[in-house]
Amino acid sequence: MNLQQYRWFLVGIVVAAITGWIVFPAALYERIEQPLQFSHNVHIGEAVGMSCTDCHQMNAGERGAAIPAVSKCAECHSEAIGTTEAELKLVEDYIKTEREIPWLVYSQQPQNVHFSHIAHTGRANIRCEECHGPHGESESLRPFERNRISGYSRDIWGSSITRVGNAPWEGKKMDDCADCHTKRGVVNSCLKCHQ
Amino acid sequence: MQTNSKQSRYGMLIDLDRCTGCGACMLACAVENNIPPAHAGTTDRTGLTWMRVHRVEQEGNDASTQTVYLPLMCQQCDEHPPCESVCPQKAVEYDPETGIVAQIPVRCLGCRYCMTACPYHARYFNWWDPSWPAGMEKTLNPGVSTRMRGVVEKCNLCHGRLQEAREQAAASGTSVVAGETFVPACVEACPTRAIMIGDLADPESEIARQIKTPGTFRLLEQLGTQPKVYYSSARQWVREQLQRTIASTRTEVLNG
Repeated sequence: MNLQQYRWFLVGIVVAAITGWIVFPAALYERIEQPLQFSHNVHIGEAVGMSCTDCHQMNAGERGAAIPAVSKCAECHSEAIGTTEAELKLVEDYIKTEREIPWLVYSQQPQNVHFSHIAHTGRANIRCEECHGPHGESESLRPFERNRISGYSRDIWGSSITRVGNAPWEGKKMDDCADCHTKRGVVNSCLKCHQ
Repeated sequence: MQTNSKQSRYGMLIDLDRCTGCGACMLACAVENNIPPAHAGTTDRTGLTWMRVHRVEQEGNDASTQTVYLPLMCQQCDEHPPCESVCPQKAVEYDPETGIVAQIPVRCLGCRYCMTACPYHARYFNWWDPSWPAGMEKTLNPGVSTRMRGVVEKCNLCHGRLQEAREQAAASGTSVVAGETFVPACVEACPTRAIMIGDLADPESEIARQIKTPGTFRLLEQLGTQPKVYYSSARQWVREQLQRTIASTRTEVLNG
């Protein structure tokens, strides 16, 4: 067998593989900066000492992410604390004008999913970190990666679409939900989570 | 390890002697489940009426014809739902936890075998894409997905309300009680309280007691589908006629 003979065939394979596994996934996602920078670490650190649920209130009827309203921020930040650019923007653009911050939600689920935080944190006693990893210790908000075709967040797959080397909390696909439900002996019927 | 709440079998009991045929249940159902206003050109056969009140006339009694109003929706067959076994897509699912026969519209390919199989004519096909008049989309229920053209849909026993009830129960550390914390829209809307919801698996429940009283029957019981929707009437002709045919009206005859 003469490799020379198959040279262009092999080149084609390599080009297709690079395109399919590297170029396309990179091009598929656009990176959008959050409207405001925010450090979770500052808030849960020793200086402030808050917990996740001080801001992310998981009551019944809260749909989806339990992102706090700007009025929650205003409880402490009615006047600027510090002089960072993000702090001034928060106070001037959002709190004083009573505008909500248009956060881009990393874990946003499609419309036909009924996800209840309280059922998971309350009834099943799952800690925030089990699904969200060390998000609460992050110094800054990473860009939101939006699928240009579907509009969904990159986070539903995790950092690697092949799922190789992903941390246990990465991935919010239906299979991830179903796996955990199976492990915990929860019935996996469609309407358990779909609406 | 999380353990499941006890297995339930949600069912309904409809008192036909109380039903006045007002149609409040139909309206409440449509509003709750994001059913769009009828498209121009919709007929009796092509509309979306998960809950539909039929006027049934007494057969063969011309001198003094009596009527009864029959609220008819998915009968939530408990054993071998005919729609489930014919579906090539597994778009119909029997939920072992609640006994609800669930329709999953996003999986449906629109072959309509299930509509043919359903002896109760309780399934409806989306002949048009749903649309709402400008401004009316604000009235949509965020707890229920809208469906697209080309799929079949039906009563899911107000599953959105069940999910809300579960969420409330999780927040307060209690469990869902059908008829108290979980009440479908038709049950809530009925001005004469003709419709009752409850857990048939719980022998202590009101519905479990009521379905044993005389005058209670199910539609087309002889088919063996074990519907979880019960009807009751003190009138003998109503019981006899409705067990034979579902409904016979001036315009159509619904035979099982």
